[in-house]
Amino acid sequence: MTSIGTGYDLSNSVFSPDGRNFQVEYAVKAVENGGTSIGIRTKHGVVLACEKIISSKLLKPGANLRISTVDRHAGVVTSGLLPDGRHLISRARDEASSWRQTYKGPIPVHALASRMGGYVQAYTLYSSVRPFGVTAILGGWDSEAELGVDGQVGFGPSVGAGGKLEDEVVKRGGPGLYMIEPSGLYWGYYGAATGKGRQAAKAELEKLDLASPTCSLSLKDAVMEAARIIYVAHEDSKDKEFELEMTWISTLDGPTKGQHQQVPQELLEEAEKAAKKSLEGDDDEEEEEEEGDAMQE
Amino acid sequence: MNHYPQAWGRPRDDVYGPYDNSYFQASAPQTHTQSPAVTGTSVLGVKFKDGVVIAADNLASYGSLARFTDVKRLRTFPPNTVIGFGGDVSDMQYLDRLLQSLDIRENYLSSYGHVLNAKNLHTYLSKVLYKRRSDFNPLWNMLLVAGLDDDDKPFLASADLLGTTFSSPTLATGFGAHLAQPLLRKLMPHDEDSVKDVTKEMAVEAIKACMKVLFYRDARSLDKYSIAVVTKDGVELKEDQKLEDQSWAFADQIRGYGTQVN
Amino acid sequence: MIGPGTGMLGEDGIHIDMNHLKSGEVNLGTSIMAINFKDGVILGADSRTTTGAYIANRVTDKLTQVHDTIWCCRSGSAADTQAVADIVQYHLGMYGIMNNEPPTTQTAAALFQELCYDNKDQLSAGIIIAGYDKRNGGQVYSIPLGGSLHKGPYAIAGSGSTYIYGFCDAHWKEGMTEEEGVQFVKDALREAIKWDGSSGGVIRLVVLTAQGAQRHLYLPDQDYRGPGYK
Repeated sequence: MTSIGTGYDLSNSVFSPDGRNFQVEYAVKAVENGGTSIGIRTKHGVVLACEKIISSKLLKPGANLRISTVDRHAGVVTSGLLPDGRHLISRARDEASSWRQTYKGPIPVHALASRMGGYVQAYTLYSSVRPFGVTAILGGWDSEAELGVDGQVGFGPSVGAGGKLEDEVVKRGGPGLYMIEPSGLYWGYYGAATGKGRQAAKAELEKLDLASPTCSLSLKDAVMEAARIIYVAHEDSKDKEFELEMTWISTLDGPTKGQHQQVPQELLEEAEKAAKKSLEGDDDEEEEEEEGDAMQE
Repeated sequence: MNHYPQAWGRPRDDVYGPYDNSYFQASAPQTHTQSPAVTGTSVLGVKFKDGVVIAADNLASYGSLARFTDVKRLRTFPPNTVIGFGGDVSDMQYLDRLLQSLDIRENYLSSYGHVLNAKNLHTYLSKVLYKRRSDFNPLWNMLLVAGLDDDDKPFLASADLLGTTFSSPTLATGFGAHLAQPLLRKLMPHDEDSVKDVTKEMAVEAIKACMKVLFYRDARSLDKYSIAVVTKDGVELKEDQKLEDQSWAFADQIRGYGTQVN
Repeated sequence: MIGPGTGMLGEDGIHIDMNHLKSGEVNLGTSIMAINFKDGVILGADSRTTTGAYIANRVTDKLTQVHDTIWCCRSGSAADTQAVADIVQYHLGMYGIMNNEPPTTQTAAALFQELCYDNKDQLSAGIIIAGYDKRNGGQVYSIPLGGSLHKGPYAIAGSGSTYIYGFCDAHWKEGMTEEEGVQFVKDALREAIKWDGSSGGVIRLVVLTAQGAQRHLYLPDQDYRGPGYK
């Protein structure tokens, strides 16, 4: 799809005559070669997962984490150029911490996404910089509890705040999942995928019917699915070894109490085992189905 | 009026003498708080064989006014450190937020849990306090840090607004340093060597007895208090305790101030 | 011009005590309060502003709006609290625009607290913040002199408040109706006005609920009975 830039691809601050910024498009290429990252949003929380390609046998297993905590309630995973990802995450942490300093509370996930988007976009405007070679997936949980002000002492009336509306219409926290692209574009998603295996991953995510209000996926199901999807997405680059990394953020009464944490080792192993098994099964099924379902790619 | 615009509107030199410009300084030197406003009183702490007990009442005074009676002056820091604050409440809130941001930063590095123990936090806080006093802008607090050290042994130490630190098997700040500390020391006849002989129950009882003495004798205290027991297993924090078994009935026997009998 | 008492003639010329110039400052020697009730919050204040013993304004409005349903009661230096309220109003306005959702009372309290704490050396401000939003309901916060932040079922402040600690503690009920709430605030402020020389004039109230903000006004020459709703 990429046409040659014919000189319009050398600088960020120069459009091509048909209105494209080639530097940004090349940055997207960098992402498309990176390991797959995905995020799943359910009513009960968010799961982030990534396919960490093992570039050397000498790397310590389980070390060199790729999914980062940005604030207690938010995490970011990136695909593409890892150092660019690190820098973006560092910026996201600064944004979250400066929000806390000003407003004495956690940054809402949508506000963090907006600030990250704004930062990334600024790197598409100037000839002196290059765009970020990463797409970031941001997952978080806005607390559904009545939040105090950090450091405050005392409580309101013991009968609770007066005139609180209990309607469904009033937004009361919840999950947030956003994907920020090298152009600075960001959308909110029910399921997000980026990196090399994104097409396969997206196809799998769509099957989960996450957008449906009746979607019955539990957070643990989401963890199992996330592991399986990373394994499915890895099918095309089977020659390379990889490690699965997963984090999650649950409701306040869920397993992580609204905090962004590593998925516990036992659950991770269980999910990985199930993922491997389903792939073995899939191979058989696909062989059977392939004859009748030729239209599928 | 003369030819010097600088002199217009100023008192005449020949009448009042030359104007001393040094008294008119456009920018005054920067000054800082030299007194606290809303304050908490004593904090008590005692080590025992498996950990530390720490307590403080729930009062924030404004001068002699009992301004707020629901102030929780024991602040927990995960996984098992409790910090008890005396002194200015706004500075306590500042330090509380500072510790929260420290906790968030620590968790960037390790997703596998908390790494800072009570000893680390005490070192950190004492340096913050010392830095601020050196800037002539002290944080008006006296605090106790209770928890565990690097070897998971009970840890109890104090730090004050000057950055001075102390460590001892029993500690008390404010009025407690005068009234409670001597009583608490009875638990530890051999100082640090006695800690192994003190049980959690003994420590809690001693603290409760001292809170009572402080309520009797500290005019800036309250009969509602918070108490925390810190061990390897975590923090057991109770924030709405009421002083029990007070002794007032003997007032019935008191007549006059010396010789009066009726 | 320098008035009497601010300058001093010495051997070496005139000495001017710059700090002394501040003594003419307008003070909100005040009675203010805010309470939670069944459907939201009520803010109340007297209307007296003094410079020393002189009443500079007898119909002051000490109830200041900083966002749609977030208001504050100001006590201390009029200049300081107005400046702080203006800054917070600006920030809350920006917050609403930038984040596509109105700020919460907590946000307002956090901003007030930061300003009062960071500038405690320069300020003399005792502020009560009360607000209503559909998610959190009514909230009352108090920021006394040092810049600490206290959430409470109700809050009282200003010079007149010292006379009504007992009244408020004895008569306070949780979950009052609007009528009971208005009566409670009015009765408390009447006592404060009665005993505090620095408080006086009319009683102003603001009731904050899901229906928005509604002002009340009660006049001393009508025994604080009306005109009521305004």
